[in-house]
Amino acid sequence: MNFRHFFNSKKITFTAIFVVFAIFSTVRAANSISVDSAAVVAQGAHGEEKFNPTEIIMEHISDAHDWHIWGDLSLPLPIILYTDKGFEFFSSGQFHHGTHDYEGKHYTYRLVDKKKIWVVGANGEVDEAASGRVWDFSITKNVASMFLSVFILVLLFSSVARTYKKREGKAPKGFQSLIEPIILFVRDDIAKPNIGHKYARFMPLLLTIFFFIWFNNLLGLIPIFPGAANVTGNIATTLVLALVVLVVVNVNGNKYYWKHILMPDVPWWLYPIMIPVELVGVISKPFALMIRLFANITAGHIVILSLISLIFVFQSLAVAPISLAFVLFMNVLELLVAFLQAFIFTLLTSLFIGMAIEEHH
Amino acid sequence: MSFDIGNPSYGLVFWTLIAFLLLLVLLRKFAWKPIIQALNERETSIENALASAEKAKEEMARLSNENEQLLKQARVERDTILKEAKELKDQIVTDAKVQAQTEGAKLIEQAKKEIDDQKKRAMAEVKNQVSSLAIDIARTVLQKEFEDNKKQEALVADLLKDVKLN
Repeated sequence: MNFRHFFNSKKITFTAIFVVFAIFSTVRAANSISVDSAAVVAQGAHGEEKFNPTEIIMEHISDAHDWHIWGDLSLPLPIILYTDKGFEFFSSGQFHHGTHDYEGKHYTYRLVDKKKIWVVGANGEVDEAASGRVWDFSITKNVASMFLSVFILVLLFSSVARTYKKREGKAPKGFQSLIEPIILFVRDDIAKPNIGHKYARFMPLLLTIFFFIWFNNLLGLIPIFPGAANVTGNIATTLVLALVVLVVVNVNGNKYYWKHILMPDVPWWLYPIMIPVELVGVISKPFALMIRLFANITAGHIVILSLISLIFVFQSLAVAPISLAFVLFMNVLELLVAFLQAFIFTLLTSLFIGMAIEEHH
Repeated sequence: MSFDIGNPSYGLVFWTLIAFLLLLVLLRKFAWKPIIQALNERETSIENALASAEKAKEEMARLSNENEQLLKQARVERDTILKEAKELKDQIVTDAKVQAQTEGAKLIEQAKKEIDDQKKRAMAEVKNQVSSLAIDIARTVLQKEFEDNKKQEALVADLLKDVKLN
């Protein structure tokens, strides 16, 4: 496949996107420093605790029960627990960043490491048995960020759809002309060549996957409040996406697809080897999708955060320019990765669908 | 601190699934269907427009070709008509001449005949007049002469004198 024409003709569009996010990137760099320096100062005040970049980085890329905004300020998020005695709803602000236990209707809860909620027994210790019976369906940072992105995407694209209705038969205008090449790209360069003439049925899924991943990747690159959640770099998100792909591919798989798996063209005595291998193949394809997206996005975040952490590891302002230069470079690279991973995920999804619905003559 | 980033939490899986499926359903209904439909419609309309433009071009070429053909034909026709007209004119002129000549000749002939007739008739008339005049004169003379017998006898004798018996 030749995508060159796309990159060439849409150069201006991409330049615009890059400029916008380059601005965000610098904000990100600046913000991360202030946040992390605040953390260091706080730690310094508490005692001679050494700066631990691993802890900082993991905290940044992990999910949390509150949405960090600035310094000590963070947005409390709703906690939803399903216990053996019924539901519990309360705000994560009740934990006061994990320093306080919260006495709910059914149990007393303690927030450990900002993300895990344990049940506290009468003796003040964590009750492991009771904790095992509590299911955490809280709106965490990632969930809230995802809802936000879903909201924005629906708003954005339904407005674009309205523009299409309003300007029927006319040339695209405004945001519509930014979106249209991408939609056409997904249709003409991803769906059509890989799925074939039945591509139209899968277009909504492919477009949704593409824009969901891309938009969340970009949101994850924004360091300040409405972004900063590492949604697509969380394995739960990629797991769900891969699961959807798995279901769609296998539900749409035709008899040739199933024959290839259950009755491959090999001597019958090879079946005990071939069938398990083919079945593993069914799972491994979406599994690879899940790992690829998760690993790429998480790795990008870790690299950027590590580069910033260098300043605090060396405890020298002289490192900052070099560090920031690398961070800037990585941010631009991550912009490419954000698009590339969305593209690859969509491309492979359409490839798998195409393989499953291919007609053999 | 435990770093279980490779361990999906079921809560997040649950909400992601809901969020994603919700997004899929909403976008499918409110965005992708109208957008893709509009794109397809526009593509078909552009294709149609291009095809009809091509057709119009062909039609134009055909028409101008036809026009040229017609013009050529018209020119040839005009030439033939002119030629024919000229021939006809010549023919008419010649015919007229010939006719005029024959007519003239005929008229002259007729006139001649008429003149002849008139002449003959006039002559006959003159003859009649003369004869009747002569008779009248003769009668008058004779009446006068024969009033007396002597004169008659003299005359007869005179006349008889003139008659020579040869």
